[in-house]
Amino acid sequence: MQRLLNTFLSLSLIVVAIPAVATPEQNKESFQKFYMDRFSHIEKDDFANGVYALDQDARDQWEAMSDFPPFEDDLDEGEALFNTPFANGKQYADCFENKGQGVRQNYPQFDSKSGQVITLELAINNCRTQHGEKALPYKKGDLAKVSAYMASTSKGERFDIKIPNDKRAQQAYEAGKKYYYSKRGQLNFSCANCHVQNVGRKARSETLSASLGHPTHFPVYRMKWESFGTLQRRFDSCNKQVRAQPLEGQAKDYRNLEYFLTYMSNGLPVNGPASRK
Amino acid sequence: MLKKTNTLKLLLSLTLTTASLATPLFAATGKEIAFDRKKGNCLACHAMDDGDMPGNIGPPLVAMTARFPDRAILKAQIFDATKRNPISIMPPFGKHEILNDAELEKIIDYLYTL
Ligand code: HEC
Ligand code: HEC
Repeated sequence: MQRLLNTFLSLSLIVVAIPAVATPEQNKESFQKFYMDRFSHIEKDDFANGVYALDQDARDQWEAMSDFPPFEDDLDEGEALFNTPFANGKQYADCFENKGQGVRQNYPQFDSKSGQVITLELAINNCRTQHGEKALPYKKGDLAKVSAYMASTSKGERFDIKIPNDKRAQQAYEAGKKYYYSKRGQLNFSCANCHVQNVGRKARSETLSASLGHPTHFPVYRMKWESFGTLQRRFDSCNKQVRAQPLEGQAKDYRNLEYFLTYMSNGLPVNGPASRK
Repeated sequence: MLKKTNTLKLLLSLTLTTASLATPLFAATGKEIAFDRKKGNCLACHAMDDGDMPGNIGPPLVAMTARFPDRAILKAQIFDATKRNPISIMPPFGKHEILNDAELEKIIDYLYTL
């Protein structure tokens, strides 16, 4: 445990230079600065393109593919689902600000009533159950399609995640940050080991992307999945790679991680849904 | 289309299963254990020998006899790299029982040929 703590501390101090006691705002500044110094030739907004900001060859292939996005049909379905009224006559639009148009950049949110982090996917399901519909499975399927459609209406809006002056919100943020920097799984990796410490290097033939910009383009349509998947589905993939147990969709740790990770990308534009390998 | 992909996947996984069933019949060499993605997967991070598409997270594994005259030091690095470097990204192969002792020894024998 002490070792883990030391690792956690030294990682945040040395690698990202996040002071042990710093406000989320200061964390975010040093987190973004780390990547911008490391890749000084890259425009900040371009980090929203994930690994393609760092790897030109991969980018060329990806851009060729993006002429005919593989997710058009699923995105259309998401729009249709979004606009289909529930049995009680209400619809998704009734549950969100601005009728659910252009709101992606505000999620995850801290809800002071429940004292919890609410991701966009959780909000979509809460809307359903509130109106007498069954919750949809998290991570993929119809829920990811609706979420992808909602993201598409927010294109270009800049992430603006808020951490209200509420002890529970700060605790949720700190828990997410701790998850990000803690080593786990039989192979003993933290998220930061790959996406901070070794960003831009190659694990076999895969370039490791920056975490700045990680959430901006989700849900993502992955060739490997042949479907949309939410950010938390991608967490599963990374956890499996290190032989760690993936968590249930919307598990508290995942929501806190998403809260931290998205806060780190504040100021970047929404550019989802996007396609990935 | 979907059917076809599934059949393809099934075929692929069948071939893979047969292949992995076949391996225990032969004792794997140190090189095989080092290259195997489910075992050492050293190539994920290190260029070594004739390994295909190595990563570049760790240093190339070359001139091992000259650089690691003490076998115990080499073994310690593979057993638990975080001992020497607490923020090492290299998995603790021995400590986390990713590889057993016989496998570690075989890999070390192999490393000394590089
Ligand atoms: C062993 C290395 C490794 C670890 C540990 C790891 N990842 Fe990844 N991650 C990858 C690789 C490789 C990819 C695919 C290439 C890329 O986009 O970086 C990836 C992709 C991602 C993506 C998708 C990026 C995109 O643009 O679509 C996200 C998000 C992500 N990782 C988050 C995490 C989080 C959060 C953790 C910890 C819970 C984590 N990763 C742990 C290697 C890792
Ligand atoms: C995920 C990345 C990763 C994997 C997988 C990995 N290593 Fe390493 N290795 C490193 C890094 C990084 C270093 C640099 C020193 C450190 O941080 O521990 C290193 C250092 C070493 C060294 C010391 C080299 C030197 O010149 O000082 C040896 C020997 C070594 N690794 C052997 C192995 C073997 C054998 C395997 C597979 C069984 C392996 N490594 C798998 C990342 C890795």
